[in-house]
Amino acid sequence: MDEGLVIRRQSSQDQVVALAGNPNVGKSTVFNGLTGMNQHTGNWPGKTVSNAQGRCEHNGRGFVMVDIPGSYSLMAHSAEEEVARDFICFGDPDAVVVVCDATCLERNLNLVLQTIEITPRTVVCVNLMDEAEKKKIRVDIDELSRQLGVPVTGACARSGKGLDALMDAVDEITQKKDALADPVRVLYAPAVEEAVKTLEPSLRECCGNALNPRWLALRLLEGEDDLIRSAQQYLDEDVLDRPDVQELLRKARKQLEEAGFDEQALRDEMVSGLVRQAERICIHAVHSDGHGYSSRDRKIDRILTSKATGFPIMIALLASIFWLTIAGANIPSQWLSTGLFWVEGRLAAFFGWIGVPQFLCDMLVHGAYRTLAWVVSVMLPPMAIFFPLFTLLEDLGYLPRVAFNLDRYFKKCSACGKQGLTMCMGLGCNAAGIVGCRIIDSPRERLIAMLTNNFMPCNGRFPTLIAILTMFFVGTGSGLGQSMGSALLLTAVILLGVFMTFLVSWMLSKTVLKGIPSSFTLELPPYRRPQIGKVIIRSIFDRTMFVLGRAAAVAAPAGLLIWLMANLTIGDATALTHCAAFLDPFARQLGMDGVILLAFILGLPANEIVVPIIIMAYLSTGSLVEMESLSMLRQLLTENGWTGATAVSVMLFSLMHWPCSTTCLTIHKETQSIKWTAMAFLVPTVAGIAVCFLFHQLLQLFG
Amino acid sequence: MNPIQPLTDLQCGQTARVGKLTLQGSMRRRLQDIGLIEGTKVECVQKSPSGDPVAYLIRGAVIALRAEDSAGVLVFCG
Repeated sequence: MDEGLVIRRQSSQDQVVALAGNPNVGKSTVFNGLTGMNQHTGNWPGKTVSNAQGRCEHNGRGFVMVDIPGSYSLMAHSAEEEVARDFICFGDPDAVVVVCDATCLERNLNLVLQTIEITPRTVVCVNLMDEAEKKKIRVDIDELSRQLGVPVTGACARSGKGLDALMDAVDEITQKKDALADPVRVLYAPAVEEAVKTLEPSLRECCGNALNPRWLALRLLEGEDDLIRSAQQYLDEDVLDRPDVQELLRKARKQLEEAGFDEQALRDEMVSGLVRQAERICIHAVHSDGHGYSSRDRKIDRILTSKATGFPIMIALLASIFWLTIAGANIPSQWLSTGLFWVEGRLAAFFGWIGVPQFLCDMLVHGAYRTLAWVVSVMLPPMAIFFPLFTLLEDLGYLPRVAFNLDRYFKKCSACGKQGLTMCMGLGCNAAGIVGCRIIDSPRERLIAMLTNNFMPCNGRFPTLIAILTMFFVGTGSGLGQSMGSALLLTAVILLGVFMTFLVSWMLSKTVLKGIPSSFTLELPPYRRPQIGKVIIRSIFDRTMFVLGRAAAVAAPAGLLIWLMANLTIGDATALTHCAAFLDPFARQLGMDGVILLAFILGLPANEIVVPIIIMAYLSTGSLVEMESLSMLRQLLTENGWTGATAVSVMLFSLMHWPCSTTCLTIHKETQSIKWTAMAFLVPTVAGIAVCFLFHQLLQLFG
Repeated sequence: MNPIQPLTDLQCGQTARVGKLTLQGSMRRRLQDIGLIEGTKVECVQKSPSGDPVAYLIRGAVIALRAEDSAGVLVFCG
């Protein structure tokens, strides 16, 4: 039920319009095109299914557009489909817009016909008309409208075409109160129609205009229990338990059985009826001269997913994204750091001038501000390059191909190929990867994906990894060779993360998350030319700023705390030294030292601040020198006992340790379970400790 | 008429018509929802690097299926 979903009307005159559609039809483009910045996003009450609402005005009337989850069908078998169905059935929208893909209209009509069965207040928006044209598919909008008996409009939502016409149709259909034209009726086998006739009159009598009696009759015959319960609640009386209705239902079921329709056959017929009708309509309304699919797409697929080139290209793409990120971020990073440290000097001078006590000034400037400046200058440039590049791949349609390539290996781990998609998202931000796990239908497989997402190092961990790789394994020179070397090594680290993901997924599915892989359908949508401008804006605002804002919000207070720890003396040493000394024996077993482990612990709010903490701790006796170059940093680290082995251990631990606090909170929100949140915390931590310990012991043995 | 065989046997580029679904439960329903019913034309368009899953063209959309699922779809070739 949609209980609790607050519809954000601005006036009581606002009309509520549900926006439905198959996945990958450009529904969100339509939604964004109509509502612009005027949106509100959240979750459906009690469900981990996202909900977006937005308001728009047309012809002087207000409309609240409710974006319902993309689904192929309203015969619910996933949380998304249930939400979609319940909102259309029981959410009392004033109209339902079904967005369709003109390039595969026939399949989309399944959802259209199911919607029309529920409510005649349906408007069909055939999107992607431009792409259909390219594939030589012609959709006759007028004929389609005649066939369906509801308004149909064509659109190319990406360029904003057709949205006015769509709203005209919505406006018109919401003005009509009663006199709606009779829409198409899906006809089923004669025996089913007979059974419906038996039930329909008494249902019409008891539920009036609240629910479509023909639709309700079909659902009763089908015996969809949870839907019937929802209907009972909606109708607010147990009409369906009325003895006469029960009696008629028994009679109708008997008729069906005599005609050879058992439960399975009846369900098949319900689906087949829809598909046949869609087929019939398309014969009249869709004219195709081509293959029905793009030969260009197939050629690209043959390159991106073939046996010989699929994996090499995947790895090459990953490496080149890293290379562009590393090479491109270097110089702006230096500018930012020079600029921000110049500000630091001025800030200290200003505080001195207005008479702030030296202690407070040091704490604010050298503690809070300096850490913040570090995080911004180290993180912002790579993110501002990585996120747009990544969004570009996403927009192109490459990510489903990654899932397609990798599914076999996930299946071997009894997991789902779509986990490959959530891993990609985790490279950007693990919290985003966790939310992305919603695309996995099976709860068991979704949990596996969540518990292992942290093996993908997020953007906050890149700078640490890149800096260590460059300092200890590539050399701190500059130029093409250096950035490419770092990119390749970073790719290798990521591949180790991928390997750990598979290993741990497999272990989980053999132990706490036992089960067989569930069935799997993955759509490979057509490749689409990304809208570069929109990609940049969206990735900068939605992703970069969000992640940076979060990191900055924790960096400043963390910097303050660490400065305090480094400057408060207890007995003969600073608090930081005491803590580091306490952790040291354990950390040594992992090939690190107390300071490093302490930095990882203090870095819980954001991984970005691990390196700055290490630097501050090592320098806690003196004041922090500006780390202008990596070679200076390297000198500092080696002076504090770092070797190549230490560097490897730190990277391994950076790749495998607890998720950051935001990710933990996200996991708790998604799973609603303390137990699984704890597991998500422990799984990578235990793995990291084990791997680092083994690595250290092996070195001891052979080194 | 050609003999009935599992969809899994289809090679890239081959086309077939669905004769029968032997799958049960939610997978049966899911495939029916995307339009895979008796008589539907299916074309095998792309195998993944490891040969499983395989992508099929079903009513204008390209859908990847795992072998154990497509084995439950019996088709007439040609």
